[in-house]
Amino acid sequence: MLIQSTVFYFFSAILVASALAMISVRNPVHAVLFLVLVFFTSAAIWLLLEAEFLAITLVLVYVGAVMVLFLFVVMMLDINLAKMRAGFARYLPVGLLVGIVMAVEMAVILSRPAFDLQKPQAKPADYSNTQELGELLFTEYIYPFEIAGVILLVAIIAAITLTMHKRTRAKRQSPARQVSADRAERVRLVSMDKE
Amino acid sequence: MIDWWQSLVAPFPPLLLTMAYMLVFILVLFACVAYATLAERRVLGFMQVRLGPNRVGPRGLGQPIADALKLMFKEMILPHDADRFLFRTAPLLSMAPAIAAWAVIPFSEHLNFADINAGLLYILAMTSLGVYGVIVAGWASNSKYALLGSLRSAAQIVAYEIAMGFALVGVLMASGSLNLGDIVMEQQGSIFNWYWLPLFPLFLTYLIAGIAETNRAPFDVVEGESEIVAGFHVEYSGMGFAMFFLAEYANIILISALTALLFLGGWLSPLEGIVPASVFHLPVIGALLGSGAHWFVAKTCFFIFCFLWFRATFPRYRYDQIMRLGWKVLLPVTLVWIVVEGVFLYLQLPPWFD
Repeated sequence: MLIQSTVFYFFSAILVASALAMISVRNPVHAVLFLVLVFFTSAAIWLLLEAEFLAITLVLVYVGAVMVLFLFVVMMLDINLAKMRAGFARYLPVGLLVGIVMAVEMAVILSRPAFDLQKPQAKPADYSNTQELGELLFTEYIYPFEIAGVILLVAIIAAITLTMHKRTRAKRQSPARQVSADRAERVRLVSMDKE
Repeated sequence: MIDWWQSLVAPFPPLLLTMAYMLVFILVLFACVAYATLAERRVLGFMQVRLGPNRVGPRGLGQPIADALKLMFKEMILPHDADRFLFRTAPLLSMAPAIAAWAVIPFSEHLNFADINAGLLYILAMTSLGVYGVIVAGWASNSKYALLGSLRSAAQIVAYEIAMGFALVGVLMASGSLNLGDIVMEQQGSIFNWYWLPLFPLFLTYLIAGIAETNRAPFDVVEGESEIVAGFHVEYSGMGFAMFFLAEYANIILISALTALLFLGGWLSPLEGIVPASVFHLPVIGALLGSGAHWFVAKTCFFIFCFLWFRATFPRYRYDQIMRLGWKVLLPVTLVWIVVEGVFLYLQLPPWFD
């Protein structure tokens, strides 16, 4: 138990510290990397709850794919640090207000009896979090699961449609055509008279 | 012999023992990585009708040590206006996931570090972290070539990860488990029971995507020495460069080991079900021909050789061709085969899906 709480406090300390660092560092690339650290440490805390599927998926999806694209975009920005600092003091009161309201709301909701926080019971050794989740998703929650999938599909199609526009003057290569080209198309033998 | 060993280590606490095993394993892995560099240079040499490095030590076997010593004593130059901390951390970021992924790899039925239920997922998560080393290195170098290299890398790795993930979906559909040990045990039978046969398109997809993930030729536009000098590690010298170099080989060994586990039956012997079972009970030959960690090592070495072979054979892909191959060829192939596999599973096609 002692080891468990030590590990928990260790990761929580890193989590809170990197979350604070993420909103306070000047450089956006550093902020993104701190966010990566936040995700990674929260995955470690989920592992303590024996929710290994969620923990690994968090790393796989958010750290491995989403944050890479974030970093991709932020890296290409032309960052003007002085300009970014200018608004900080002005927006501070508004930000603080929103933060306090959110904290109060969370406190109110989490103190309801429905969120009666109990210590999670340790599962038996052959318990598989992945299997339990899979069984629930494909039986009890099959409709919400499928609907979420369809919504994501619509979002993908919408995003692609927004970025697709035919450029009439653009020159494109057709690799299939290039590969299937044969000698007759490219080489013409001509016989010329001697001069 | 196992009993003798266990009675020898019994007085030590298990945590300490595991740490000691890990340390030994990492040292062995580093030695393998160092000698993979020599193997690459020798194999490429022979394929190009020359000898390769053969001066240091007998048959050039001292070359990796000489290289390591040379790189260790070189100055690590910090580029102007580079991000000091990230510039030095980036090589570690690309090395660490390649080592961490080995935690769940089973060498034989009872020989592994961690036998976890979500092993395959863990592997996928760890290999997807490797891209950070490249991106951070490219950005922290404050150089346009390095940045271009890391942008190419990010797009390429994210694209091929999807095809790779779908190939793994096929494997876990067939085996019904995310545990790597169970996946191998499901392939038991003979060489024709291994997943390379029923999942052949996925096997090829996984291998090709693996080559692209490790940024190896013919998908090495990330380095692309003819266009962007050396890509993301152009500003690195000395130990920083050495770390990137070693990370590449560590990733090659990892992908080879995974291909052997998922599609070629890991530690299972290819002779099983072909020669009579009594052969495996013979004194020395039986242990050699029967299933065991040595088959896993042999299969891994075969795929490492394939990586070197491909580099000597194929010219580099153009960037748009890489993207086309990933999104328009490999991804549809995996999607179609997952549907076909679904039909196989429904029909309970023997001997794989019954």
